[in-house]
Amino acid sequence: METAHFDHHSPIPGTTLFDGRQAMKGYALNKMCYSFNAKAARDEYLADPEAYFDKFKLNETQKQACRNKNVLEMIAAGGNIYYLAKFAGIYKLGVQDVGAQQTGVTTEEFKQKLLRAGD
Amino acid sequence: MAKIIGGITTSHIPAIGNAIANESFEDPYWKSFFDGYPPIREWLAKNKPDVVINIYNDHGLGFFLDKMPTFAIGAALEYQSEDEGWGIPALGAFPGAPELSWHIIEGMVADEFDITSCQELAVDHGFVVPMQLFWPGAPNNPDMPLAIPISANTVQHPLPTLNRAYNFGKSLRKAILSYPEDIKVVVLGTGGLSHQLDGERAGFINKEFDRMCMEKIVTDPEALTRISRRELVEKAGAQGTEFLMWMMMRGALGAKVKPLHQNYHIPISNTAAGTMLLECTA
Repeated sequence: METAHFDHHSPIPGTTLFDGRQAMKGYALNKMCYSFNAKAARDEYLADPEAYFDKFKLNETQKQACRNKNVLEMIAAGGNIYYLAKFAGIYKLGVQDVGAQQTGVTTEEFKQKLLRAGD
Repeated sequence: MAKIIGGITTSHIPAIGNAIANESFEDPYWKSFFDGYPPIREWLAKNKPDVVINIYNDHGLGFFLDKMPTFAIGAALEYQSEDEGWGIPALGAFPGAPELSWHIIEGMVADEFDITSCQELAVDHGFVVPMQLFWPGAPNNPDMPLAIPISANTVQHPLPTLNRAYNFGKSLRKAILSYPEDIKVVVLGTGGLSHQLDGERAGFINKEFDRMCMEKIVTDPEALTRISRRELVEKAGAQGTEFLMWMMMRGALGAKVKPLHQNYHIPISNTAAGTMLLECTA
């Protein structure tokens, strides 16, 4: 079986595979972010973020990552990028803003890097 | 009997939906991307498929991690899009073809492909953006075919293998071709190509790998089935695994296809965008 060669945690630099281990770790955080599909949920969150964290039983690491709006910290806490994108959307951050934050450059620099990939 | 007339691939990035809403077709950033679509629209206008099977990956609207189907097939009368958390305008409902859906489900499960059937399924940008690209104004386009969504899991590992995706397409083909009505079916494979949204490697794009995939998917899809899942993540990026949907589509087209049109453009948002029109020759 290919599984023998598919090391879930074999390092691909700068990449966290969202597998069962991450899915267990991040369940509460991802569930909260999934709720943001509904506008009523986004409004409830914005009215009182701390109460909303507790409603979904986030642990302290996840809460702090959310307070920091730090995507790498949220991924380390088990976050999945597709759900985190909905959290980012609340703050009007697009995937290029999120990419820039994770790679430590400005959004404009990140966009330039992508343009150069086409050369 | 039902006939599969061809397959079309496209990227389905949410930013495309915004660009369509803003009519940015002549904008320098967007022009060479949108220029890839008129030849496909002309082919669709000429061939007028009755049904579109839209193979995409849900990104956290229709499914959550509580229950994550590896392969899911819509069997609803209609499919509704939603704002997905970004406040984007939801479009009208896309009419479905539930009798064909159930025929496919029956056929594929008999063929030992055990899939998840969905009588309700909210469809996200992965489904909607390609429809807007191919049938402007969708779903309110007079030529809009009836739609059947098929979603594969690319959210949570383990993902299906490329070989399984290709075989899924082959099984889907058998099921469609056994449908007794004289209808024409087009199959979409949406998503990709190389991109990565998460981690320190965000912004990763691999032109050489994408070009190879676009060539082999025409001439030698079997060769692509030998790419392991880890290699796919490494070479296409964490979200470049959406190439699975292209392989599902390709399996449904039969052995020989004629490439009528293609376009490749870097970047749209964080993604290398690939578009192909493959006509069935058998």
